[in-house]
Amino acid sequence: MPKLTIDDLAKIRDRTRHETTLRQGAGRVKITVHMGTCGIAAGAREIMTSVINELERRGLHDVLVTNSGCAGLCSQEPMITVETVTDMAPVKYVLMTAPKVKAVVESHVVNGRLVLEYALAVGSEKTR
Amino acid sequence: MAYRTYLMMCAGTGCVANKSMKIRERLELEIAKRGLEREVSVVMTGCNGFCAVGPIMVVQPDGIFYQLLKESDIPYVVEEHLLKGRPVQELLYTPPEKTTPIPKMSDIPFFADQTLIVLRNRGLIDPEKIDEAIARGAYEGLAKVLTSMTPEEVIREIKASGLRGRGGGGFPTGIKWETCRLVPGEPKYVICNADEGDPGAFMDRSTIESDPHAVIEGMSIGAFAIGSSEGFVYIRNEYPIALERLKTAVGQAREYGLLGKNIFDRGFDFDIRIVRGAGAFVCGESTALMASIEGKPGEPRAKYVHTIERGLWDKPSCLNNVETWANVPQIMLNGSRWFASIGTGDVSTDAWGGSKGTKVFSLSGKVNNTGLIEVPMGITLRKIIYDIGGGIKDGKKFKAVQTGGPSGGFIPESLLDLPVDYEELTKVGSMMGSGGMVVTDENNCMVDMAKYFLAFTQAESCGKCVPCREGTKRMLDILEKITCGDGTPDDLVLLEELSNMVVESSLCALGGSAPNPVLTTLKYFRQEYEAHVRDKKCPAHACKKLITYAIDPVTCVEKGHGCDVCRKNCPDGAISGETKVVHAIDVMKCGRCGICYDVCKFDAITIE
Repeated sequence: MPKLTIDDLAKIRDRTRHETTLRQGAGRVKITVHMGTCGIAAGAREIMTSVINELERRGLHDVLVTNSGCAGLCSQEPMITVETVTDMAPVKYVLMTAPKVKAVVESHVVNGRLVLEYALAVGSEKTR
Repeated sequence: MAYRTYLMMCAGTGCVANKSMKIRERLELEIAKRGLEREVSVVMTGCNGFCAVGPIMVVQPDGIFYQLLKESDIPYVVEEHLLKGRPVQELLYTPPEKTTPIPKMSDIPFFADQTLIVLRNRGLIDPEKIDEAIARGAYEGLAKVLTSMTPEEVIREIKASGLRGRGGGGFPTGIKWETCRLVPGEPKYVICNADEGDPGAFMDRSTIESDPHAVIEGMSIGAFAIGSSEGFVYIRNEYPIALERLKTAVGQAREYGLLGKNIFDRGFDFDIRIVRGAGAFVCGESTALMASIEGKPGEPRAKYVHTIERGLWDKPSCLNNVETWANVPQIMLNGSRWFASIGTGDVSTDAWGGSKGTKVFSLSGKVNNTGLIEVPMGITLRKIIYDIGGGIKDGKKFKAVQTGGPSGGFIPESLLDLPVDYEELTKVGSMMGSGGMVVTDENNCMVDMAKYFLAFTQAESCGKCVPCREGTKRMLDILEKITCGDGTPDDLVLLEELSNMVVESSLCALGGSAPNPVLTTLKYFRQEYEAHVRDKKCPAHACKKLITYAIDPVTCVEKGHGCDVCRKNCPDGAISGETKVVHAIDVMKCGRCGICYDVCKFDAITIE
C-alpha cells in the first residue's frame, strides 16, 4: 500500500462519509420501505433494491433507508414513506414501481418537491 | 459502497466470551439466506460498554439496541427486523423493575449520561480496518501537528488542556512532556503502559480493543513533542484480543506510512514496538515496567532520579497510560480550551488545580448496569452509581464504593455526593486510580473486602523491600485471624500501625497504597471490625467462620410443615429431619454455603 499523504486522509474520510453517517444514525432524509407480509407479496423487496440502487447511482450520502412493518393500507402496497428534515411531515407514496422510485428520488429527495400524483397523503396517521 | 443497515456487533472480550463471534457467523448465514447481503452489513466493533447485557448488537441507522443475544435468536431477528422492519421487543433493553423496553440506545440512561472522548469510536468502527478509524478522524491530529505546530506549541497545548495522567498518578501530562523534552540524553523513548493490573479494571483493554489508532496517534504526537522516534507499548499478555488488534493496527499504520520513516513527508520518524507483560502486577509501576522491557526482573527502584531523566536503558523516557495517550489526538484537534472546559477546577496557574476532561471507569460489583463508562470529571459518585449504574442490584442497600483498584479506598454513603476529581478522592483516603470502581452492598463484609484486596497486593509484592514484603504479609495474617474469629482488639491497633508503616516506607506505590483498603475500612467501618474481634460476629453475614445457620423450629413446623426442601438441597448433609417433622442444622457439618437459606420458602432459616 502506498504511503498516505495528508490529502489522502481527507479522501478516505470523504469516501467513507456515507457509511460513517449511517453508522451514527444521522441523515438528512429517511426513506422507509414498508415490508409487512402484504408489502413483500406486492413486491417491496424489489422496491427496496430500486431505492438502494438509485441512491448509489446518484451518490447520495445523507439518506437513510430503513424498513418497517405493515403500514395498514395493504391495497396500496408497495408503499414508501419519505421524510426530510425540511419537510413539515412525512409523505406516503403508494403503488410504487421502479420507475416511480426514480422519480420520487429525483424530485423529492434531491430537489425537495413532493410528487403529488404518487402520494397517498402528507402527514402521519392520527390515532384517537 | 454503503449498505442500508449496519449491524454493529460488540466484539469486546466480554461479548466474545459470550459467543458474539458465533452470533456473527449466524447473522451472515441468515442474511445470505434471505438475500440481504447487499443491503445489510455486519461490523464487529470494540467494547460497547454495557457489559452487563452483552452480547450486544446495535442496528444503525435505526439506533435500535439489542441485548443478551443468543445464536438461536438470530433467524427471528433477521426475519422480523431486517426483512420486515419490526424490532423484536423481547430482545430490547428493559430497565429493571420496569416493563416497557427502551428501543433506542440514545434513550437508555446508561448511555445518555456519558461523554465520550477516549471511547468516541466505540461501537462505531471495526478496529481491524484502519480506513474506518480514518473515516472518524484518526491521524488528522497528527497531520495538524506535523504541518502547523512546533513541539513547544504542542506541549503548551497539552499543558493548557489540564490533561493529567490517567493511570492513577494524575501527574500533569504537559509538565511530564516538557521535562522530557528539556532533559539531555539520546535517544528518548515514549512508552505506553497497557499493563492494567488492577483486578476488575478493563478501561485500557477496551480502549485498545475498540480504537487502537487513538493510542498510536497519541504516542506519535507525544514523540514529536519530546523529540523521540521510538515508542513501546507494554501490554499484559492476559489481553489476547487487545494484543491482536494492536498488532493489526500497528501493521496497518506502517503500511500506510503512518508509522516509520518520514511520516507525511514531514521528516518525522516514529515507530512502535510491542512488548508483552508476563503476569506481574508490579510491572505496571514505571521503573519495574522499564526493567521488564529491558529483560530484567520486574522490580522497582528508588526514584531519586525519575524515569523522565533516566528511564528505559537509562535514557529519558516518557511513560503514560493508554487512556492518557488516547486523549491527545482529540485535544490537538479540538483545542486545549475545549478540553479544559470539561471537568473541575482551574489549571491556568496551577497544573494540579483541577481535573479536566473525562475519565473512563469500569463499573462493577453490586450495581445493575456493570460495564465501561466515560464521564466528565466532576460528576458525583451518586450519579454514576444510581443514574448510570442503575442503582444497587436486587434492591439491596448501598454500602461503599471502592475507587482506584486494590490501591484505592472505600467510600461510604455519606460521601456519595463527592465529585470525581483527583484531589477530592485523595482527600477522603481513596484515589482516582486507573478507573476501577467496585460497588458493595449490605451483604459485603468490609473486613472481608479489605482482606480480598490486600491478598491480591500481597501476592503481587515483588519482595524487594522489607516494609511491603513483610508488612503486607503480617497485615494479611491479622485479617485472616479476624475473619476466622480469633482476632482481638489489640490486633486492630497493630493492623493500623502496620498499615501506616507500610504506606510510609515502601519502595514503590504498590506497597505505598496496598494498605489503603484496610485504612479506609478501619476509618469508615470500624464497627464491623469491632464486631469481628469483640463479639466474634460478622454483621454482613459474609465471613463463613463467624456465621451460624439455624432453623427456627416453630416456623419450620407451623408454616413449612417440615417440607424437607432444605435437607434435600444441603450439600454437606448437615440437616436432619423428615417430612412433617421439625428440621435442624448440625453446626459441625454445616459448610455455611447458604443454600438452605435461599431455598426455604417459609423464611425459617436464620443467620447470625
